[in-house]
Amino acid sequence: MTWTSDQPIVSLKGVHKSFGELEVLKGISLDVMKGEVICIIGPSGSGKSTLIRCINGLNEIQKGSITVEGQEVHDPHLDKLELRKKVGMVFQQYNLFPHKTAIENVMMAPVLVLRQNKAEVETRARRLMAKVRLEGKENSYPGELSGGQQQRVAIARSLAMNPDVMLFDEVTAALDPETVKEVLITIRELAEEGMTCILVTHEMGFAREVADHIYFTDRGVIVEHGPPGTFFNEASDPRTREFLSQIL
Amino acid sequence: MRAGAILNAFALMEDFFRQLADDAPRWNFIWMYDDRQQGKVLSGLWMTVKLSILCLLFSVAIGLVGAWLQGARSVIARTFVQGYIQFFRNTPPLVQLLFFYFALGQFTPVVTGDDGWTVEPVISNVGWAVVSLSFFAGAFNVEIFRAGIEAVPESTVEASESLGFTRLQTYVYVVLPLAFRVCLPALNNNLVNLVKTTTQAYAIAVPELLYHSVSIWNDYPSAQYPTMLLVFVSYIVLVAILVFGMTKWESSMKIPGYGT
Repeated sequence: MTWTSDQPIVSLKGVHKSFGELEVLKGISLDVMKGEVICIIGPSGSGKSTLIRCINGLNEIQKGSITVEGQEVHDPHLDKLELRKKVGMVFQQYNLFPHKTAIENVMMAPVLVLRQNKAEVETRARRLMAKVRLEGKENSYPGELSGGQQQRVAIARSLAMNPDVMLFDEVTAALDPETVKEVLITIRELAEEGMTCILVTHEMGFAREVADHIYFTDRGVIVEHGPPGTFFNEASDPRTREFLSQIL
Repeated sequence: MRAGAILNAFALMEDFFRQLADDAPRWNFIWMYDDRQQGKVLSGLWMTVKLSILCLLFSVAIGLVGAWLQGARSVIARTFVQGYIQFFRNTPPLVQLLFFYFALGQFTPVVTGDDGWTVEPVISNVGWAVVSLSFFAGAFNVEIFRAGIEAVPESTVEASESLGFTRLQTYVYVVLPLAFRVCLPALNNNLVNLVKTTTQAYAIAVPELLYHSVSIWNDYPSAQYPTMLLVFVSYIVLVAILVFGMTKWESSMKIPGYGT
């Protein structure tokens, strides 16, 4: 079966995930179409990060299916490299390689994993650094950059692999309020360019602005979902309403 | 003219030590004026340097491979590494040397010499010393590298995984460079110990510095104090060079804005 762009680019069906006795995801289903931006929100410990980590195979699932461009992520015969070329991931703690400069961080994966020509990769990496507004910081080490700058390097590093889907796992949660904005602007630009984005976030204002669809998870299930307008104004489930009332 | 001046200086120095040996019979710096003894000292020193460098390289390689295998999925590989570490860490290096040379040495093939009747083992006593000491220091290096590897945050490894790095690429390009920086001081210590442990190769007649020194003071009891002094000074200098190099390396690997 080949995947065509009228089918969901990422599709989860009845996903169950446990850490030992603790069941974190209890049957999650959701579809993301190409070019869509979806935000997953919900209280801490509701399984949001686990969910997003299952999509690129960092966590194993026990039941259900996750496909990316029609490819089953948890197929034991899956070529993980193929999956990771399609799916980029940005983490809460940036997780840059501290011993490499910013531009080296961006260049490493295309050169080592995709075996692309170093000079071409460098040109592209410089463009990406400019795109995330970090011209002039190419030769700085992560330890010399602010949190927001590091996070933008991390975004550029993921983009360097030319992914089809970007996963953002609470990427602004560790940042100062002033630097949150510069990261969000970068993500919004990506979304506007048509990148498929799946975000776990606590930035409700941002979710409302950029998301095509919002999912609210609590205790391992999707409680409610809908386009932002409907979701924020007409949430019907009491759990959603309680959550929204606490943070809005 | 210049060469003549240097030769002259040497001759003066030799005269001085000859005179000293006559004046103070316990301070016969024989290797300062006797070419044969001098040759022994130099070849012993050279053997010690070679032994140290080879064991250093091999033990680090063993440490790296061992630490990598320790993280392998295969239970057999992990058990094997664990057994190796326990054996080499919990037994004296001198006993290991004797075991390798006298016990294992019997089972290694021999080659017949050109004359058709003499036989030489494929692995000489020097070879066994390198093998034995490398495995000895390697066992400690595995543990040292493991500690360094464990200090690398799991999240950094995940980042490289999600960029599509293979396990080996992650190990070589991300984990090791970071682990190295953490474990250099401990590695430094172990390598210093290794250089000093090479003296034990004396027990299987490897002609290193101590071996030759003992033979010198056995032949010339008057040279005992000076030769002992020489041995001490030589190791102090050798270790100092190693530590100097390691410290340079350490500071050259400092990452701006990281871990301070």
